[in-house]
Amino acid sequence: MSAFLRRFLRNRGAVAGFGILMLVVVVAIFAPLLYPTSPWMMVGRPLLVPFSDGQFPFGTDMLGRDIGAGLAYGARVSILISLTSTVVAVVIGVGIGAVAGYYGGVVDDFLMRVTEIFQTVPQLAMAVVLVAIFTPNIYSIVIAISIVSWPPVARLVRGEFLSLREREFIQAATVIGLKPLRIIFGQILPNAMSPIIVTASLMVATAILTESALSFLGLGDRNMMSWGFMIGAARTMLREAPLMSILPGCAILLTVLSINLIGEGLNDALNPQLRKKGGH
Amino acid sequence: MTFLRHAVLRLIKALTVILSVVIANFFLIRLAPGDPAAIMAGEAGASDPEYVDRLREQFGLNEPLLTQLWLYLKGVVQFDWGYSYRMQVDVLHLIAERIPATLLLMGAAFIFSILLGILFGVLAASARHRPGRGWLDSVIVGISLLLYATPLFWLSLLAILLFSVQLGWLPAYGMETPGTDYAGLERAKDIALHLVLPTISLGSFYMAMYVRLARASVLEVIGMDYIKTARAKGVPWARVLRRHVLRNAMLPVITFSGIQLGQMAGGAVLTETVFGWPGIGRLMFDALLQRDYMLLLGVFLVTSTMVVVFNILTDIIYSFVDPRIGAGGQK
Amino acid sequence: MTQTDTILEISGLGVPLPSVGDRSHAITDVSLTLKRGEILCVVGESGSGKSISANTVMGLLPPGMSPDAGSVTFKGRSVLGLGEREMEALRGADISMIFQEPMSALNPTMKVGQQIMEVMEEHNRPADATARQKRMLELLGVVGLPDPESLQHVYPFRLSGGQRQRIVIAMALALEPSILIADEPTTALDVTTQAQILQLIRDIQASMGMAVLFITHDFGVVADIADRVAVMEKGRLVEMGTRDEVLDNPQHPYTRRLLAAVPHGRPRTDPVPKGAPILKVENLTKTYVTAGGFGRARRVVHAVQDVSFSLARGETLGIVGESGSGKSSIGKCLLKLQDIDGGRILFDGSDIAPLSPSAFRPMRRRIQMIFQDPFASLNPRHSIARILTEGPVAHGVPQSRAMDRARELMDLVQLDRSALERYPNEFSGGQRQRIGIARALALDPELIVADESVSALDVSVQAQVLELLDHIQRSTGVSMIFITHDLRVAAQICHNIGVMHQGRLVEYGPPAEILVNPSQEYTRRLIAAIPGRAQPH
Repeated sequence: MSAFLRRFLRNRGAVAGFGILMLVVVVAIFAPLLYPTSPWMMVGRPLLVPFSDGQFPFGTDMLGRDIGAGLAYGARVSILISLTSTVVAVVIGVGIGAVAGYYGGVVDDFLMRVTEIFQTVPQLAMAVVLVAIFTPNIYSIVIAISIVSWPPVARLVRGEFLSLREREFIQAATVIGLKPLRIIFGQILPNAMSPIIVTASLMVATAILTESALSFLGLGDRNMMSWGFMIGAARTMLREAPLMSILPGCAILLTVLSINLIGEGLNDALNPQLRKKGGH
Repeated sequence: MTFLRHAVLRLIKALTVILSVVIANFFLIRLAPGDPAAIMAGEAGASDPEYVDRLREQFGLNEPLLTQLWLYLKGVVQFDWGYSYRMQVDVLHLIAERIPATLLLMGAAFIFSILLGILFGVLAASARHRPGRGWLDSVIVGISLLLYATPLFWLSLLAILLFSVQLGWLPAYGMETPGTDYAGLERAKDIALHLVLPTISLGSFYMAMYVRLARASVLEVIGMDYIKTARAKGVPWARVLRRHVLRNAMLPVITFSGIQLGQMAGGAVLTETVFGWPGIGRLMFDALLQRDYMLLLGVFLVTSTMVVVFNILTDIIYSFVDPRIGAGGQK
Repeated sequence: MTQTDTILEISGLGVPLPSVGDRSHAITDVSLTLKRGEILCVVGESGSGKSISANTVMGLLPPGMSPDAGSVTFKGRSVLGLGEREMEALRGADISMIFQEPMSALNPTMKVGQQIMEVMEEHNRPADATARQKRMLELLGVVGLPDPESLQHVYPFRLSGGQRQRIVIAMALALEPSILIADEPTTALDVTTQAQILQLIRDIQASMGMAVLFITHDFGVVADIADRVAVMEKGRLVEMGTRDEVLDNPQHPYTRRLLAAVPHGRPRTDPVPKGAPILKVENLTKTYVTAGGFGRARRVVHAVQDVSFSLARGETLGIVGESGSGKSSIGKCLLKLQDIDGGRILFDGSDIAPLSPSAFRPMRRRIQMIFQDPFASLNPRHSIARILTEGPVAHGVPQSRAMDRARELMDLVQLDRSALERYPNEFSGGQRQRIGIARALALDPELIVADESVSALDVSVQAQVLELLDHIQRSTGVSMIFITHDLRVAAQICHNIGVMHQGRLVEYGPPAEILVNPSQEYTRRLIAAIPGRAQPH
């Protein structure tokens, strides 16, 4: 574990990403303390330019809502939705991928055909439709993002299982008489964990992008202020108040970037053999 | 003969996938809360029960669900994809009208992303391999990481802000300048100008993806034994890269592009909305908001067919590039 | 022909390792000379630095590695200081190289004729394209490939390992270099193919008169091919001399140890124990079908065809064959790691072939397996204790008893008991293989299938593990099926040997008989191919 940590800490990008993400998480957690009033409340003069007013350092929007509050509460939505949907998607993907990869044959064929069908519909289009049809709220958004993001996990896990299944230590586990479930959970899955973790971290980033796209299109939860919604609302004022669109976009960019950096760091730290290649 | 056999099998598989997508969407849409006929009537501004009943009759909504599905599928095969009650037009007609714009946008964005992606990916990988050039790798990787984290719709807004609002170089809305009747080359030029910003906005994210993929793939191939063989023959590095690394490194990129091209259709929904591009993505979004379900089903049918066709095309291209798979190999 | 002037001189060469491991240098103070027209074998086990030495000469060290001491002089010219451009002019033209893995040494997306011509194009010799084409066809003939005219248009994936190695050799010979460096060129090949390739290298060397630096771990190969021998251990050159000096009168203890570890192939002669057979295999058949794709035909491989044999309690049966002979498939079928397509497997009188996985599971305790790859056969995330106790516990043995047994087993396989708390990555290949043996024994099986269980190990380690297996078999009386490609090894420890060829059991009998008086042509070829047996030139 410490070797893993050392390798991770050696990656400057990953450490920086971790720092930024922690900042975002802290803001998300303490948003109600930082901004006790709802981000939907009109609190000041409309269209205050950011960095010009001490009371509203991030300015106000066309209805006089505090952009700073929006950014803080938006962090909550992004983190909450992306984490939950990733967990759900990983559980679905691991389940389907593990069954397909371990049993192979007809089961594999069927499950992979289903996965393929899910991949045939463009992810974002499908998410938009699912949310619109089940009326936009936080649950439908989480479900929609999970439904469109599990197929790559299933394929990855299936591939890992297929290759691990042929490895001698898995054959040895069969030979000494372990039952399939014990082989799956005790032997194969732990050895497939590294790529799953890396993929999951990247999925959190993609989920944030998808969520922001949904709320940009007006398909966000109407009770929750989100970054995508802020950009969508500010869009009509792009000429007059560009910073109103730019600030929430920067928040998305930084958060997604930090998660991607962490993902890369995890990848390097979990697969050290990829780094040192060469003969003896 | 095996080629023909596989072609037929592949076609059957493709049709199954499309059919499954259509059926799934058909039921998905019926899961939506609300009675479609009542919604239609509401949209038309009338709500007396008699009118609703008439609508129900007209659209076959009083039949059992499976019968409706059967009728719909039968219609699809006979090029009768239903009627958009909102637009008061035949669905197929509407889609046919909109699809060239989307194909143009996706084609441009695809070429933009894959060409630049491969170029920068290969450049980064080979720079990494050369002493003193590592900075170039870092710069390319850094930029692609940034693009990879940028929301597509936000990038579109930034592009509009910079190139249309501030600099005034490029049009920000639509596919053609309204009120003009350009023809021929003039018109092509006008469309091309309108195409620039949507293409860059839609293509950037995917370009970043191709940079990462091409770079990783090149780095992997560089580590292969046959690269050492080539160097042992005395082939200079630049030529090793061109002759031995590139072709082999492109194999995973080709596979990936098949999947990615389909995903671009999703991104097109956003791009078309922001830039007012009159394509199928915006059509879908409008149909969705207006609960124009026949139209929505039609759009799904078209996009999934597009994805399946792209996949088949990449399979065929792949078989030409990799002699182990077929067409290029010895018979 | 036997001029004695030096063509390549390596002196005091040192190459540091990039990361700090147990050793600071890959090679230290290596000095050797290669004379015109001789074959110099550099012998050593893995990690001895023999490949690094060769790659230094070619200027093809992995990135991040470069020599920090010594010099390499080719024809009086220092090579280490040369720029990339000058090295490129040298490579392929004056010094060329062939590699260990023919399967991956050729570009998969380039026709083989083109790959051979590339070296000539690169050095612009001959300058005329049709002359290059002609030379390429000629080379394909020289390396003994049939029908050069059509073969030139073939992609590597259509060729076997031996054929690919011939292509690589043709490439290396194209410009008649003064030095050919061969880095374990036959290690990945089957014995009969190895014999052919060695013969080819010898013939070419004799006719072209170039110097060959031949890197190998196999003293049998050395005996067949070397004029002089250099022995390397842990990055240092420990002994150097003519072939006969080194083989007949080794000076350094390491050389002596290596020589003693070469399988002697003296047949086992004690009688087969009498009694009812523990295993009877009748008409076993296994067929693989690979799916086709675009323009790719479905392939049917008859891996095992109609194979029958029986095994007495306490007997060791060797199943010998080359790759693709079906020997490993038999092992997998016996353990029901794959289904069979025909025949019966009678274990202790009852047919196990039709049993379902769950019905067979309780019986698994009685049939165990020792695997080939010591690095892949142990779960990297489990401690040795868990690896050894998991099986018995799954069969109902209490954890504490399983643990006691694990400690005993560590003694039996000559590992320290403290090893139980550690993880596989802390052990060497040989130690891991001992753990694999202990895992199989933990269940007190009646039959052990050992699939190429010593072939991935260095010779000296291989000899120890082999001795351990032999000792365990004799002392416990367990029945064993020993699957191997090496007839010598099988002869040493088996009561009976079955020879597999293209899915069929072609010959069966006690080793003494098979080695001395084989009845089949294929067996004779196999015996003749054993390195070190062919008459030296």
